[in-house]
Amino acid sequence: MTASGDQVAVIGAGMHPWGKWGRNFVEYGVAAARQALDDAGVTWGEVQFVSGADTIRNGYPGFVSGATFAQALGWSGARVTSSYAACASGATAIAAARAQILAGLCDVALVVGADTTPKGFFAPVGGERRDDPDWLRFHLLGATNPAYFALYARRRMEIFGSTEQDFAAVKVKNSHNGHMNPNARYRAEVTAEEVLASPMVANPLRLMEICATSDGGAALVLSSMDFARRRSISHPVTIRAVSTVTPRFPQTVIEMPNFATDSAAGVDGTLHPGFRRSIALAAYEEAGIGPEDVDLAEVYDLSCALELDWYEDIGLCKEGEAERLIRDGDTAIGGRIPVNPSGGLSSFGEAIPAQAIAQVCELTWQLRGDAGARQVEGARLGLAANQGLFGHGSSVVLAR
Amino acid sequence: MARVKEQLPAVEGWFSTGEEPALIGGRCGTCGTYSFPREALYCRNPDCDAGPSEEVALSRRGRVWSYTDACYGPPPPFVAVDPFVPFCIAAVELATEKMVVMGQVAGHVGVDELAIGDEVELITDVLYEDDDHEYLVWKWQPVTRRDPRPGARSAKAQSAGSTGSDSGALIK
Repeated sequence: MTASGDQVAVIGAGMHPWGKWGRNFVEYGVAAARQALDDAGVTWGEVQFVSGADTIRNGYPGFVSGATFAQALGWSGARVTSSYAACASGATAIAAARAQILAGLCDVALVVGADTTPKGFFAPVGGERRDDPDWLRFHLLGATNPAYFALYARRRMEIFGSTEQDFAAVKVKNSHNGHMNPNARYRAEVTAEEVLASPMVANPLRLMEICATSDGGAALVLSSMDFARRRSISHPVTIRAVSTVTPRFPQTVIEMPNFATDSAAGVDGTLHPGFRRSIALAAYEEAGIGPEDVDLAEVYDLSCALELDWYEDIGLCKEGEAERLIRDGDTAIGGRIPVNPSGGLSSFGEAIPAQAIAQVCELTWQLRGDAGARQVEGARLGLAANQGLFGHGSSVVLAR
Repeated sequence: MARVKEQLPAVEGWFSTGEEPALIGGRCGTCGTYSFPREALYCRNPDCDAGPSEEVALSRRGRVWSYTDACYGPPPPFVAVDPFVPFCIAAVELATEKMVVMGQVAGHVGVDELAIGDEVELITDVLYEDDDHEYLVWKWQPVTRRDPRPGARSAKAQSAGSTGSDSGALIK
């Protein structure tokens, strides 16, 4: 475990509820930022560093989100950065702010991410770009994001014997958690029968088992431990690790938006662990802990089947045992190791740049004991994990 | 009688046409790493400092690593016919290249006619057309056509009762 002088405190968290509101993303970001600042007892004028997580679907303001949010809050002369890393954008923005604080360059930083999403499948950004694999995979294959999730799900059924009932059980669990979360978009509890009656989208995945696209915003106030002490915040939640590792060659699992995996023909010997696994391993190593120390986790359930993959990738069980965890209720609130107590993407849908920040908001509230009906009793240490396109992914470890 | 349209590849230089079409990939002359599409700049193997790979025809046969289908029409730049016709997508493992390559599945094959491990062969087929041209793409075609498995639901079976993109509008 790192010494406390090497730690960064999470002193404020805030969210704008997820939905399909259709308003300017800046509005969600500012609402979340103000809530996080209030939560921290910090004024906007005290913020020394603004770290924005970018959206690529909202024009130029989205590409320079740090400055966009700073302008909306009122230019204050704070230093600023803007990060894009697909689904990991929020974690990259957290990493940037954390590094500033650890380096002693600032005491208090604001991290903000927000998005407004168009209706329907995520499509590539506009224009004819014949050298962009993300454009080409839609044009040449019609390979949407759920198509890739479905390839993993079918493979899991084949290798580990997952059933469609297992995938539905993940949705049932997450809908129960989301039902108790005022920031979630989908708050109705659903039954396995309802899940299995929803239309097939990309076999074997059904509509209710695939992540929606949402509007939403999330923000955090991070500070040095000294700053937290000066504000009399005893026992703050602290960041123990932020992992943003790239994959290792050869990456032998097909990844969005690629047409092919890496080739393993030019290498000898053993292959590296998969990318998702390596993201969590690096976080555990940096925090000096192991999976057995984790009390709860927020993972990127782009599909219900993928949540099962994550159980194994973050080390909650051995490969092929994830089905047993969901069947035994181990990952429900009140179970051995609750996963996605927030309700997950299943209940939120994805507001890309806000999502990794929202995971950390949930962990923060859980570790403070402020999660209300969703509270995981005795939570001391939490892990968040996600994966985006083109080799971006992240894992954040928080402790109290 | 309908005029025969000129056929063009939907993407330049990614596959050959003719009796025995093949994907055109790359092979590193130094370490033997393959790529698709061909890696035109640098070898991706971090232990190899070679430059552009050599153009090679990839294996025409492989085995299904996994598969799915598109029950709803993908958004542009996919060019969907109206009404939308569901199709399958397979990720296919090539033994020599030690890599997996995706492609649509040819011949209106449903998911209930596919299984992991099935042998498939590369063909070219029409992806979309306009008034003057047919645009070709590579597809994977099962070497042996299976009998549909009872109980497995295919895009074809379901599409009869679905109303197009309404539900698909919700998802990522």
